[in-house]
Amino acid sequence: MATQAADNPALKSTDGSPDAVVVRFAGDSGDGMQLTGGQFTLSTALAGNDLATFPDFPAEIRAPQGTLFGVSAFQINFGSREISTAGDAPDVLVAMNPAALKTNLDALKPGGLIIADSGEFTQRNLDKAKYDVNPLEDGSLAKWDVLAFDISALTIEAVKDFGLGNKDALRSKNMWTLGLALWMFDRDRQPIVDWLKAKFKSKPEIADANIAALNAGHAYGETAELSGPLKKVTVGPVASEPGLYRTITGAEAVSLGLVAGAQLAGLPMFFGGYPITPASSILHHLARLKEFGVTTFQAEDEIAAICASIGASYAGQLGVTSSSGPGIALKGEAMGLAVMTEMPLVIVNSQRGGPSTGLPTKTEQSDLYQAVYGRNGDAPIPVIAASSPGDVFECAIEACRIAVEYMTPVMLLTDGYIANAAEPWRVPDPSTFEPFKVEFLTENNNPGGKVLPYKRDAKGARPWIKPGTPGLMHRIGGIEKKVDTGNIDYSPENHQEMTDLRKAKIDNIKIKDQGVTLGDEGGKLAVVGWGSTFGPIRRAVDNCRKKGLDVSHIHFRHIWPLPANSGELLRKYERILVPEMNTGQFKTVLRDQLLVDAKPYTKTSGQPFKIAELEAAIEEALA
Amino acid sequence: MNEITKIETTLKDWETDQEVRWCPGCGDYAILKAVQRTLPQLGSDPKNTCFISGIGCSSRFPYYMETYGFHTIHGRAPAFATGVKLANPDLDVWLVTGDGDGLSIGGNHLMHVLRRNVNMQIMLFNNEIYGLTKGQYSPTSRENTRTPTSPLGSVDRPANPCAFALGAGARFVGRGIDVSKNLPDVLMAAHAHQGAAFIEIFQNCIVYNKDVFDDFAAPKGAELQQLWLEDGEPMLFGNAKKGPVKGLKLVPEKFTFEVVDVEDGDWEAAGVCVHDAKNRALAHMLVELPFGEFPMPLGVIYDDPRPTYESAVIDERRRSIEGKDTSLAKLLAKGQSWTVSGTAQDPQ
Repeated sequence: MATQAADNPALKSTDGSPDAVVVRFAGDSGDGMQLTGGQFTLSTALAGNDLATFPDFPAEIRAPQGTLFGVSAFQINFGSREISTAGDAPDVLVAMNPAALKTNLDALKPGGLIIADSGEFTQRNLDKAKYDVNPLEDGSLAKWDVLAFDISALTIEAVKDFGLGNKDALRSKNMWTLGLALWMFDRDRQPIVDWLKAKFKSKPEIADANIAALNAGHAYGETAELSGPLKKVTVGPVASEPGLYRTITGAEAVSLGLVAGAQLAGLPMFFGGYPITPASSILHHLARLKEFGVTTFQAEDEIAAICASIGASYAGQLGVTSSSGPGIALKGEAMGLAVMTEMPLVIVNSQRGGPSTGLPTKTEQSDLYQAVYGRNGDAPIPVIAASSPGDVFECAIEACRIAVEYMTPVMLLTDGYIANAAEPWRVPDPSTFEPFKVEFLTENNNPGGKVLPYKRDAKGARPWIKPGTPGLMHRIGGIEKKVDTGNIDYSPENHQEMTDLRKAKIDNIKIKDQGVTLGDEGGKLAVVGWGSTFGPIRRAVDNCRKKGLDVSHIHFRHIWPLPANSGELLRKYERILVPEMNTGQFKTVLRDQLLVDAKPYTKTSGQPFKIAELEAAIEEALA
Repeated sequence: MNEITKIETTLKDWETDQEVRWCPGCGDYAILKAVQRTLPQLGSDPKNTCFISGIGCSSRFPYYMETYGFHTIHGRAPAFATGVKLANPDLDVWLVTGDGDGLSIGGNHLMHVLRRNVNMQIMLFNNEIYGLTKGQYSPTSRENTRTPTSPLGSVDRPANPCAFALGAGARFVGRGIDVSKNLPDVLMAAHAHQGAAFIEIFQNCIVYNKDVFDDFAAPKGAELQQLWLEDGEPMLFGNAKKGPVKGLKLVPEKFTFEVVDVEDGDWEAAGVCVHDAKNRALAHMLVELPFGEFPMPLGVIYDDPRPTYESAVIDERRRSIEGKDTSLAKLLAKGQSWTVSGTAQDPQ
């Protein structure tokens, strides 16, 4: 075991418990880092910490071993206080090979702890990571604590009784590492043992080998503590509202929210999807929920996925489709048909870096223009953006509600960060949800004449008529419809009136007034955000307020239409700063809709904002 | 699917109050009438009948049928229809498409609706031209077709709709002609078939591709150019009252057919092949017969049902519901959870 001690350790030992710790697990994409991170998250949640995670992995499934671009990382920030981001800089970096060390070292806090598998620091792997000299030996890591030992050999030793070949034995390396991390943060191993047993139910010898590796890693902690910088760190539970909790990722939350939304509407759900990163996991989750009245349809392409969903809505189910930017682009024409035929539909966009194929596994908020403006013709669609994994649940229900109450397609924006990140979630009680049960038209709404499929209610919504209903046969389609009758009509007055009616319906959607997320209603600076920047903005504004700065956080859920009081609220601040992971798209909407002097603060690196970056931007905006 | 109760209607019950906007003399009028004549014979119920179309001249069809109708977007009708059938399998869905809509922009969806075998009737009006966009060559236009986009004659090789359908896995392939009195029979056979039933209908575009099918569709001499197939019947063509009768004979060593003369109705002596609508290999040979050397095969070329897609989906849904707890509260709390009461943490 090679160890080096830094002069200023970032992590305090049990003597001085930190209120939050950031750990990053990094390894080859085949090393199982996402699994390790996921299970560490679970044990952390069970220990009562608040937490946020950031999985960061390459687009390639198994990139060539040991390469810099094949590194997969999982970062978790957990604490005894409220945690709103996955953390700016790790306190602990677990590096399973030289490439993982090289690509993640810059992020590590000075004085932070490096745990490295020295068994993987072979000449071959050093070459692949483009190291001339072994960094574990050349003193270049002096500003950090380094704990390097041969995890590979220790794992092989731990599982030698199970008769696995070397290759299979090394697959348990991630569990060995997890065992060590569990020891370090004083976590219970039992939930992981239970999970391993369930996961490898049909292969008990693999389960046993993994458990042995987990236990060996844990036991190693005890030994290593005696002789090096490794210390047990205790992070106490956060004070949370009483209730039942679980961890949830955005992809899970959107699936559950859609199921809940369909139930509140009293409808079966039809989900048409096509595999695309990072949206596929929604299709995976829903495919397992058939007993909740969900039909999932893996279509031949993105276009068929939305078209089949519109077909299902036409036949009386709640149609839902989901994709990421490139797929959403393909769905554009069909969205226009849903606008024209005024059909309820929920479209989920798990945004990723663009344009084109862009950064499939990285996060960005650059599809806002696409969502708001990206269709031919005047085709307004309500747009809702979720701010965190837990928030997606509520947003999905809200999207379903608006879709059926207003007979309109609704776009729900999440992003790669929200989709993959996990957070503790207080399980809501479904009996407290407000139902919005759909009533189909069953009687002629034009007694003595033909049914009027485009006769509007007070909200401006047309009736929903299921094929199969006696006496209400009618035809709909993408050609301009005549007011009330829905017959083909290209006349100038009719197109003007229908365009106005479609716009007015969306403009007048009832949504809650916009409130102040953190701070005061008025003042020097409002930091206005939307979507997954919620966490870093909230933490940065909080820190700045603690420094005495006059700054408040306003986070929008409704992007289109904006809440009615938005302009009035924003005009109460001298300055408006809009941080976004794009080149300033929401800023444009705010300027366009509200005529306010919104200033952009943007980032398009595929990585979430760091709190420190935002604090600096706030200070500069106030200067 | 549930048996739908047969009801009595007349042709008039299927007409809408909308003005039909096809060009005078368009083959679509004849097809519309054939469909409106067929539905009363089937005992269909307008409220359970749904016409779904894409874009193009053919796709205006739903507006003229007093049923539920959805005029969707270019090429995508099969996807909409699939969603409709999965949401309500009891609806009797008729899909209307054309050679451009179904084989060019929508070729992918047509392939998949056939492969999945969603129960519906798919009528592809083939006029070998883009009509509504004013006469450009289509994926079924013959080589050297002169149009505004191919002023020197098209160089593309045309697609063969029935061969495409069979290749995509269709379990019913039929062919008709817009003005043929036999068209309702083909439509009825397609309707009786449980699964995706593909019907190519040769349709005369009076404006942009007038009489392009005259080689076999013109009444004069048609008996020697049209081979109307019937399951279990010999493959004969010609009219004994007007002239010779011929038949198709299989040449096994060459894997091909040849045309033989039939004397005095003795087709067996001439070795004429008997049509077997369940024989997939035979169907492949029939749809690939080069016209000219052979007559145009029409009627029910292939009809061998398999379980439908929606029945499999419904069955899967039923099996996955059995014995499952469908409480939303339980679903939300699924996985490893813990309770916070005051400050104590109790893993569950």
